[in-house]
Amino acid sequence: MKYMFQTGIIFAVTLIGEILSQVIPLPVPGSIYGLVLLFVLLLTGILKLKHVEGAGSFFLVILPFLFISNCVSLMDSISLLGENVVVILILTVVSTLVVMIVTGGVAQLFINGKKKKELAIKEKEGTVNE
Amino acid sequence: MNEFFSESLLFGFTLSVAAYAVGVAIQQKFKKAFLSPLIIAMFLIILILKVFKIDYETYDYGAKYITYFIQPATVCLAIPLYKQFEVLKKNPATVVVSVLAGCIAHLSIMLGSFYWLQLDETIIRSLISKSVTLAFALPITEELGGIGAITIIGLTIAGILGAVVGPGLLKACKITDPVAQGLGIGAASHGVGCGRLVELGEVYAAMGTVAVSVAGILTVLLVNIAVMWL
Repeated sequence: MKYMFQTGIIFAVTLIGEILSQVIPLPVPGSIYGLVLLFVLLLTGILKLKHVEGAGSFFLVILPFLFISNCVSLMDSISLLGENVVVILILTVVSTLVVMIVTGGVAQLFINGKKKKELAIKEKEGTVNE
Repeated sequence: MNEFFSESLLFGFTLSVAAYAVGVAIQQKFKKAFLSPLIIAMFLIILILKVFKIDYETYDYGAKYITYFIQPATVCLAIPLYKQFEVLKKNPATVVVSVLAGCIAHLSIMLGSFYWLQLDETIIRSLISKSVTLAFALPITEELGGIGAITIIGLTIAGILGAVVGPGLLKACKITDPVAQGLGIGAASHGVGCGRLVELGEVYAAMGTVAVSVAGILTVLLVNIAVMWL
């Protein structure tokens, strides 16, 4: 019965997200509105984790599986790729590696900066103590 | 075979669950990141459909009911995001700025290859969302009028690549902090990358999950701006 209740809440939030995507004239999928809405409801404490967690964890575990039919549709659409296969492969590999290095690199710069600051503060305190 | 199964809702459904179970079993046996249960199940099902000469439509007659649950399941991604909120609050600038830089780099490559390499617009529209999780990427592709199958191919390659070479490559680039590695791999390789991060440690995995959510939301916003130049 608990799971029934949790599933009901998740579906209701999803439905509201769907309605929002119909009303707001932006090309944003309804599930994203739903995600943001659920996040806000949790942050504000209107919903507690116990209201969604059990059924929610189940949905998250099976999430990859839910895309199975989309994947199998490849069997009909793979011919669309045709001569573009090589281009798609190269573009995908290059862009993936660049995103990884740029994101990781910027984060590392931030962290190095923070460490330097902390070190500087420690040194300062060190001289004061002396 | 088509007539026999076309009336059966359970055919596509049962075949999907069984194939995925085989995929999970294979992955657990060999414990390799590239052996995604989804990909194994996909090949198994396509093989079975081809061998028995069954149409995709016949399969999807039952399997489409699985697809309907993508929406509520995507909404549930708010739960890990909420649980990781403390991590996000501790390093808000690091997370947002680095993931934003990654998203902008990705969109620039896509737009650049459209302008300078004269790539087909449909391919760009299909690949522009490929570094974020499937639950975000596929609806974006649909909204943009791309081909979902190309998105899935790109996404799969991005995921496997990040999981397999990610940690080594980042280390070679002197990006060694667990927070930075988690963010980089999460932003580039979505859930598949996070699977690898779980093996590396808790901080890696937490940052990966945060990066997946933040990259998804930023990409939805930025893609709408980027396509104005297509």
